[in-house]
Amino acid sequence: MRASSMRRPEDSEMNSVTPSGNAAAFLHRYAGLAERLPGASIPEVRKLRDAAAETLMAGGLPSRRVEAWRYTDLSPMLRGAFREALTAVDEAVVLPAKRAERRAVFVDGRFRADLSELDGLVAASLAEVIETVAGRLNTVASASQPMVTLNTLLFEDGLVLEVPEGADAGRLELLSVASGETASTVHPRHLIRLARGAKLVLLETALSAAGARHLHNPVFEIEVAEGAKITHVRVQREAESAYHLAHLGVRVAEGGTYDGFVLNAGGKISRSETHLALTGPNAIAHLNGAQLVAEGQLADTTTALDHAAPNCASRQTVKTVLAGRSRGVFQGKILVRREAQKTDGYQMNQALLLSEDAEIDSKPQLEIYADDVKCSHGATAGALDPDSLFYLRARGIPADTARAMLVRAFLQEAVEIVADEPAREALEEAVSAWWAQHGEAA
Amino acid sequence: MPAVEETLDTVRDATQGAYKWGFETDIEMEFAPKGLNEDIVRFISAKKNEPQWLLDWRLRAFEVWKGMEEPRWPAVTYPPIDYQDAYYYAAPKKKDGPKSLDEVDPELLKTYAKLGIPLKEQAILAGVEGAGEVPADGARMPVAVDAVFDSVSVATTYRERLEKEGIIFCAISEAVQKHPELVRKYLGTVVPHTDNFFAALNSAVFTDGSFVYIPKGVRCPMELSTYFRINAKSTGQFERTLIIADEGATVSYLEGCTAPQRDENQLHAAVVELVALDDASIKYSTVQNWYPGDENGVGGIYNFVTKRAACRGKRSKVSWTQVETGSAITWKYPSCILQGEESVGEFYSVAITNNHQQADTGTKMIHLGKNTRSTIVSKGISAGKGQNTYRGLVRISPKASGARNFTQCDSLLIGDLCGAHTVPYIENRCMTAKVEHEATTSRIAEDQLFYCRQRGLSQEDAVGLIVNGFCREVLKELPMEFAVEAQKLLQISLEGSVG
Repeated sequence: MRASSMRRPEDSEMNSVTPSGNAAAFLHRYAGLAERLPGASIPEVRKLRDAAAETLMAGGLPSRRVEAWRYTDLSPMLRGAFREALTAVDEAVVLPAKRAERRAVFVDGRFRADLSELDGLVAASLAEVIETVAGRLNTVASASQPMVTLNTLLFEDGLVLEVPEGADAGRLELLSVASGETASTVHPRHLIRLARGAKLVLLETALSAAGARHLHNPVFEIEVAEGAKITHVRVQREAESAYHLAHLGVRVAEGGTYDGFVLNAGGKISRSETHLALTGPNAIAHLNGAQLVAEGQLADTTTALDHAAPNCASRQTVKTVLAGRSRGVFQGKILVRREAQKTDGYQMNQALLLSEDAEIDSKPQLEIYADDVKCSHGATAGALDPDSLFYLRARGIPADTARAMLVRAFLQEAVEIVADEPAREALEEAVSAWWAQHGEAA
Repeated sequence: MPAVEETLDTVRDATQGAYKWGFETDIEMEFAPKGLNEDIVRFISAKKNEPQWLLDWRLRAFEVWKGMEEPRWPAVTYPPIDYQDAYYYAAPKKKDGPKSLDEVDPELLKTYAKLGIPLKEQAILAGVEGAGEVPADGARMPVAVDAVFDSVSVATTYRERLEKEGIIFCAISEAVQKHPELVRKYLGTVVPHTDNFFAALNSAVFTDGSFVYIPKGVRCPMELSTYFRINAKSTGQFERTLIIADEGATVSYLEGCTAPQRDENQLHAAVVELVALDDASIKYSTVQNWYPGDENGVGGIYNFVTKRAACRGKRSKVSWTQVETGSAITWKYPSCILQGEESVGEFYSVAITNNHQQADTGTKMIHLGKNTRSTIVSKGISAGKGQNTYRGLVRISPKASGARNFTQCDSLLIGDLCGAHTVPYIENRCMTAKVEHEATTSRIAEDQLFYCRQRGLSQEDAVGLIVNGFCREVLKELPMEFAVEAQKLLQISLEGSVG
């Protein structure tokens, strides 16, 4: 909306043949790939992609003058050159140890049936089944969101998963790996649907080789039907030179639960944006998370929670630890619509600054149109408490250990909310690995 | 840029001569013609007999304003304002003033009575001729009143007492004449003429307001007070207030507003600048009760105000307290720039929106100096179809080590058609700073109401009692007399909102 009035000078030179503006590289790619992308022959898919191209052509990717992006500047990323991911399908990739019985593996954005184990699940690669799911694209995630727009333009694969009525699908690991040091971009689109009373634990891990400069732009569209429950834990540990721009669209029907946790621990710029709507009464949303940010990194957790039905509850705890010259962003909006009486909303975001050069920008936001509600939010930012440090030191604990203990305790408050044990272990492991690498400098 | 300025200068010179000629004939006019253009700016300046530098400053502001867009980000909606369809200067016709209180609009008096304003002050407020010259009631706590009627200050009391202390408290137009060096030194240094759309507009056309200077080491012996009121129909109000507390000075300033009923929307774009030097302390309290429009949202004041304080000196302190019950639309962010080491900024606010009122208000605390502290307590009450937004910024710069902020925003909803919103921005770039923010939204608990009703209170009184309790943290910051008035105001504002 504002972007159009804030055009950069180069936009005015734009003509219909050569895309310009900050999304030009992506538009060029689309122009070259349009016929080869999945769904090229399906009119409704083509229509979505062309509309995305038009949006990007007109407004480009958001600058800091767009309110939702005021703290996250994409221009360093847009200055770099990206190319298409070109991993051979049979290339050997070293994968981390399994965390669940079943796992879906994506290497450089492509589904790898040879590495995946999906026994007993109704799951498939989006590229293969696009005809059957074309009508569901951009129905949960909104095409007006910039990262959804970008993904719509170029998505080439993704996981399509259905959990049938009343079924407990157990735990599934979704592993995304970027294999090389190349500056590739991948835009997977994952469509996940839980029927009435279904259950699923989705443990997502995003990894990339050290030094990789890729852009990972996943979009999730998650539908949770009446009484269904999904636990969705994202562990993002990509290379510190990578870009991770995720968008999660979630819709929860009556009595359903979305229990989400996002760990942002990698990437030069990483943003995980969740737009969740509680559309039926008695639904529950948890949007917890943690961000571990070190030298030269920016991590952004942005959420928009839409209470559209009565008697729903939402809980959110997001913790950010910042070391070195780094930046953390939290933007959390809770909208309570007029009909959403008896809403119970709670949000807490806290930041721990371990360095003189760190910055935290936080924007919790309540927008409330119903009167019989209980909503609160809290935010804090500061350094380690000197009294706590002194207490530990006084008991003979070395300074380093004391600091490590306090940082872990700070994060633990968020991590311990995750009930699924393997998921929690994955988070704790990521925290340990991060501290081992950056704790000393901090 | 210089080329442009040069052109402007040429144009200015070319037009000036012609204007001076026109001025002679225009001086008798009580109203400047409708509309806004460079001539109007010159007219106002000439009316006020202003020095050239001030006229130049106004013209620069006008030039900037022409290129600006009205802010669209506040969560308020209103029909587009036609800036050419308003009067920018109106002096009250002295002869038309009521001779005694009997001639004053009874509706207005009823409001005054409900607020418990003493008769003598009522007379001043209602513009009764000669009321301003009567020394105030000796039995009351001395309050120096500088009542602004429309655009010209008509009553000033206690001036002599203040003069003895070396305190300057007068209309800003008078200060421009008598203390031009002070005005020139500080005017526009806290809120520059380029600051925002409404501040630029104000800089171009401000007509009156108060000027306060407290000399070094002086503690102002009484509360300074200004009552504002919009009187003439279709007159935009553009007050400009400038308060300077020199080293070690202390002052408490009250600003109160009551406005009579009007059907036409009226624009009010004031600018308030506070400057606190080393060890100085300024307390600025506001009770804003402009006409909010009727229960259908017709009429009411548009209150677009820029208030900002610069805590320039070490250990300086500025405290804003506001009770916002009136206006159809309130757009107001009293802010503190905490430059001096260990300076303190405070913001206490109660904002009520009832019927169709909209309020988008909050504060900015910009921490620049070491060990600066700020406290924000905001209480929003929404009733009827009112929309109430708290919008605030706490920014800690890298050099503000040891800075501390605590923010609390609570919202109370009465009825299911209103809205309460909280939009805080927290930007911390300093490790040793500590920032805390908390916000809650709820409605009046049934059991609290039941408890009060059981003890024989009517529904309305019970709500009033609970609302007063909800706002207590803010109301206790107000000077005593104001607090009493404010409590009654809360109750009046919520009339008709509970079944």
